[in-house]
Amino acid sequence: MTRTAGFVFLCLLLAFSVAKAQEGNPQTENRIRQLEEKLRCLVCQNQTLADSNAELAGDLRRQVREQVAAGKTDEQIIDYLVQRYGDFVLYNPPFKATTVLLWVGPFLLLAVGAGVLVVVLRRRRRAPEEAALVPDEKRLVERVLGPAQAGGEAAELRNGEPR
Amino acid sequence: MKRLLIPLAVFLLLVGFLAVGLNRDPREVPSPLIGKAAPPFELPLLSQPDKRFAPGDMRGKVWLLNVWASWCVSCRDEHPVLVDLSKKAVLPILGLNYKDRNDEAQRWLQQFGNPYQLSVVDADGRIGIDYGVYGVPETYLIDGEGVIRYKQIGPLTPAILEQKVLPLAKALKK
Repeated sequence: MTRTAGFVFLCLLLAFSVAKAQEGNPQTENRIRQLEEKLRCLVCQNQTLADSNAELAGDLRRQVREQVAAGKTDEQIIDYLVQRYGDFVLYNPPFKATTVLLWVGPFLLLAVGAGVLVVVLRRRRRAPEEAALVPDEKRLVERVLGPAQAGGEAAELRNGEPR
Repeated sequence: MKRLLIPLAVFLLLVGFLAVGLNRDPREVPSPLIGKAAPPFELPLLSQPDKRFAPGDMRGKVWLLNVWASWCVSCRDEHPVLVDLSKKAVLPILGLNYKDRNDEAQRWLQQFGNPYQLSVVDADGRIGIDYGVYGVPETYLIDGEGVIRYKQIGPLTPAILEQKVLPLAKALKK
């Protein structure tokens, strides 16, 4: 009885240690995971390398893993992929001449929008509460209602109540 | 009237941007390798695995490197175009057989014809990664200095050949 229990225990111990060895150092795993989340899979373009099931993503994950094992720094690994696939592999594209519009564009649009808003509000404040009648309207009012004296009725007419 | 003009102009501008943006193929990622030396490799030939080929062997020639695989459906569409081009013998075409099985690749060439001067085997796709391959077929135009001058992502068509690849190759040969 104790012998069987001992055997089972040894088997379990072996199984755990194998699993542990495959998993590797948790710190390294964490680093690999973080790297893979910064990189885009080029086949299914809106997924990271970590998320993607595409075959190429698998190959690129293997490259990342091998290079981490070879002692490369994160920057070296990212450079390696950028050299081959361009800035597009980065989920966080660098700030440079070709990407200025990408980074500054939204703030530019916000500034333009705010500018337009300010101008419109100012104009509205300056405008009189009620616009005076233009000469053409005045003539029309006089023709319909007779000579001027009926300011109130003219306002009603403009509100769209025909007489 | 004037009040309408500005929003109309903004709207038309937006339509213009969207029209351009929507007509672009998001799969075509500009390659950073254009204008750079073709990454070196030394790989076994598909037909004779004991022999090896390196891009340096093509020095002084303008040539096409076509990445293909028997499992790739678009390669099947592209293949007749390559066979036609090889018959005209204007440009050597070399194949990079990408992540394929040797027997299936050989059978594929027997079935559809072999436009390649030779094909090399990139069984695990490592050289593909060096060339930034992410969607087979892809084709590279490489000049006599070993510099990549053009990259086609997706199948070559007769129109692309006539309008882009062949004129560029002709200019490079001079």
